[in-house]
Amino acid sequence: MFPRQFDYVAPTSLDEALQALADNPNAKVMSGGMSLIPLMKLRLFSPQLVVDIGRIPGLDGISDDGDHIAVGALVRHAQTASDPLVAANAAALAQAAAWTGDAQVRNRGTTCGALAHADIAADQPAGALACGATMVARSASGSREIAAADFFVDTLTSALNDDEILVEVRLPKAGAGEGSAYDKLGRRGGHSDYAVAGAAAWVRKANGTVAEARVALTGVGSKPTLAPAVAAAIVGTDGSADAVVAAAEHALEGVTVLEDLYGSEEYKAHLAKVYARRALTSALDAV
Amino acid sequence: MEITLKVNRREVSADVEPRTLLVHLLRERLRLTGTHVGCETGYCGACTVHVNGTAVKSCTMLAVQADGADITTIEGLASNGDLHPVQEGFWERHGLQCGYCTPGMIMSAVALLDANSNPSEDEIRHGLEGNLCRCTGYHNIVRAVEYAGAKMRGEEPPPPDWEVSA
Repeated sequence: MFPRQFDYVAPTSLDEALQALADNPNAKVMSGGMSLIPLMKLRLFSPQLVVDIGRIPGLDGISDDGDHIAVGALVRHAQTASDPLVAANAAALAQAAAWTGDAQVRNRGTTCGALAHADIAADQPAGALACGATMVARSASGSREIAAADFFVDTLTSALNDDEILVEVRLPKAGAGEGSAYDKLGRRGGHSDYAVAGAAAWVRKANGTVAEARVALTGVGSKPTLAPAVAAAIVGTDGSADAVVAAAEHALEGVTVLEDLYGSEEYKAHLAKVYARRALTSALDAV
Repeated sequence: MEITLKVNRREVSADVEPRTLLVHLLRERLRLTGTHVGCETGYCGACTVHVNGTAVKSCTMLAVQADGADITTIEGLASNGDLHPVQEGFWERHGLQCGYCTPGMIMSAVALLDANSNPSEDEIRHGLEGNLCRCTGYHNIVRAVEYAGAKMRGEEPPPPDWEVSA
């Protein structure tokens, strides 16, 4: 089983890669290839040109850029999972990266690639949503920033245009009283494999009260999505176990629940509440 | 496309199509058939090799992506006829039944022990999540990795389960 024929370029500068995308409407960006290559082998997707960005220098780092942490386009899941800056500032994303795929996938696949792929059952989109990440998209004609909340559009569809590359994801620096966490049920039980369902949560406490919160769900509907009613319900409380249980009951408000091969609508709805509660509990514990 | 890479410490060149998968380069062009093709969808890990020292699934990597890389396959583990401790562990602790998953299991286990010289049973099981054994012989695979870990640390391996009374 191998892909249909395609042309391949591996530019060694970002400008060359962006130009290749601008010149070829049927081109596709590849970083680690952990999502793209299986799709191409199954011939569910057959781009005319693959633009392999894996040889572009300067995109494989995680850096402290003042008010945010920047995770470059070629940072692999294993690197995101073990990086102290990510752990300290966006624990939910670090945990999601650690539970992405398996060891071999984490050695090749990239965090930005997983975000751009926008799989409904992926882990890191929920982490990025909860942590309030900002995506930096570059094209030959310029650069723009996209809030995580606006980035996941539909099933396997992000807000990126065909000629854009997600060059960096920016994670806000954690301040006092903040904590985040991710939890999931994997398809093979525990945390292994794609998420049947999962949730990431981020909270900021001030003077013993939850001042701000974000909760994001994955695996539940047509896309990784914020669950705004949970966040609204926990804000203003003391973050006690009872308050968390009550807030998690709102997990499905404004969220479309869809069944798939791994769970019925009823089961997914149940899991959304369970994992919203668990993620919120862990995020509050991490404050 | 012309690519040059190092496979098991030997430099090789090949002219490949962009769609040629690394596993097919290894098996069909270089005749290194120890690396197996299992599920073809990236799940089973039978095709695991090391690329620049890390375990990857060679059925989910293009050969052109490996241009300039340093590859180790199961054929490159033994040196001068001496089995690698992980190979020895699979032998000594009956870590295989049909043997189909074994090359990938061993390559993953070697990478696991390179990163963590003294893993717990839990860490071994999680570390091998990307490798499926359809004989379900996981128990002895874990014992094989424990054996190898002990050998690599210069310790006496734990006795086999069948010599330990219940």
